[in-house]
Amino acid sequence: MAEVLVLVDHADGAVRKTTSELLTIARRLGEPSAVFVGTGFEAAKEALAKFGAAKVYRAEAPEVTQYLVVPQAELLAKLVEEKSPAAVLVPASTEGKEIAARLAVKTGSGLITDAVDVQAGDGGAKTTQSVFAGSYTVEATVTHGTPIIAVKPNSATPEEAPAAAADEVVDFAPSDLARGATVTDTQPKAASGRPELTEAAIVVSGGRGTAGDFSPVEAFADALGAAVGASRAAVDAGWYPHSSQVGQTGKQVSPQLYVACGISGAIQHRAGMQTSKTIVAVNKDNEAPIFELVDFGVVGDLFKVLPQATSAVEAAKG
Amino acid sequence: MNIVVCVKYVPDAQAERTFDASDNTTDRENVDGLLSELDEYAVEAALKLVEESEGEVTVVTVGPDDAADAIKKALQMGAHKGVHVKDDAIHGSDAIATSLVLAEAIKKLSAEAPADLVITGMASTDGTMGVVPTMLAERLGLPAVTYASELTVDGGKATIHRDGDTSTQTVEASLPALVSVTDQINEPRYPSFKGIMAAKKKPVQQWGLADLGIDAGQVGLDAAWSKVDAFAARPPRSKGEIVTDDGDGGTKLAEFLTSRKFI
Repeated sequence: MAEVLVLVDHADGAVRKTTSELLTIARRLGEPSAVFVGTGFEAAKEALAKFGAAKVYRAEAPEVTQYLVVPQAELLAKLVEEKSPAAVLVPASTEGKEIAARLAVKTGSGLITDAVDVQAGDGGAKTTQSVFAGSYTVEATVTHGTPIIAVKPNSATPEEAPAAAADEVVDFAPSDLARGATVTDTQPKAASGRPELTEAAIVVSGGRGTAGDFSPVEAFADALGAAVGASRAAVDAGWYPHSSQVGQTGKQVSPQLYVACGISGAIQHRAGMQTSKTIVAVNKDNEAPIFELVDFGVVGDLFKVLPQATSAVEAAKG
Repeated sequence: MNIVVCVKYVPDAQAERTFDASDNTTDRENVDGLLSELDEYAVEAALKLVEESEGEVTVVTVGPDDAADAIKKALQMGAHKGVHVKDDAIHGSDAIATSLVLAEAIKKLSAEAPADLVITGMASTDGTMGVVPTMLAERLGLPAVTYASELTVDGGKATIHRDGDTSTQTVEASLPALVSVTDQINEPRYPSFKGIMAAKKKPVQQWGLADLGIDAGQVGLDAAWSKVDAFAARPPRSKGEIVTDDGDGGTKLAEFLTSRKFI
């Protein structure tokens, strides 16, 4: 069975959920081989084995994290040439898409980004994307080279399928070009303790209607174990960090449940959340466009509705 | 400093965007277009840099006749000259082919006056792939510092800040380099009346594929390395239940979440 390369997304060996999703998808197309770059492989091995990585190609070059994406693209290009995989799957993060872009040019391969589904098809991997702010779905295939597919988080339910995760160290050194963009400083952000926005099963977002006070939004999110998002209006006003922005120029999320609080639902915002499975909104304006999208809506003041709902959720949890 | 800014003419995101059913490409005929909003930040970033020191900003676009509007807007904002690459054979090009055309156009420009910096937006507002900047850097053999929320150029180096999920990073690259910028980097200016008048006199070169030494077979729909097999409008979401808060809106919300097993 043909190999399918999966680029592992991890922080010092702590494997992110997207990787187990990609391994699950890879098994539909062939035999998953994980590609691990950086440090911490021992910590990652168990997770990779659990979700079906038969092999792991690893390059523990410690300096790799000092440079932006080019080393990963070079390593994958080398593996594509040597292993002739059926496909290469990367996470559709900003980094993943940049790696995919360079890899596509290096290997003369077609590229599909932001896939929300990948299935085996007659002409190779068949992808589904959600485009034009979620108003269309598109099915596409790669017709040249090795299909390179950047897959969005939450595109598959991770399924366990224990495999060997036999590791093979790849002899690899980044080129001079790879050393061209150097990370000179990294300032970690304070951890919120909440799930990561793009991976979360539930997202609660606040907008202009919060008037800058996100406390009821955060309290409701915490009761539900949700991530917190924000509309562009709230971010532009400086009420919440840009990394939490949901929308066209922020994160595109597709959780099981999306709760929009005090968000009118402009196209900019819809582009980031329209594919959520269930959508709920709380807004004072009964004509807000967000209500056209919802499964359930409350016309009311979020400062009254959310605390009441939070109490009810907490009571139900006991 | 010579700066090249790559811009795209896109269907207005506020309009009903759709596909051309004859070849599954983006419909650019029946939807009004404009300079991609995210490219305005790139133009503004370039203008700021040359205003601080000196230099020239050249705007490059690849697209049909109407794409001249995207160049015009950038010239009205203050860019110095434009290049419009258009050729019927380009229709339907994927990101890979687009990056090839842009790369050859920048090489041709650099033969006259080397570009110190190539600046792009973070993504287009139509395709939204966000991969052309990196592909362009790969083709030009340039380091890319991407998703800049701040940009400074000093001592032959470009230094950016990028705002990540778990950290903020400072990244630097020696010039020449490619920089892509986010919508956090600045507040793009509106063209002034003076700028609008001045733009009419600014030079815009029109190049075809032959001018760039590109074979028509390398670009366009038939040469694309990926293919859209089908498209479908997403079925409208069925209208859900809307209640008005009479003091029990929160309770009703919780009841709904319980009924859907979220609690």
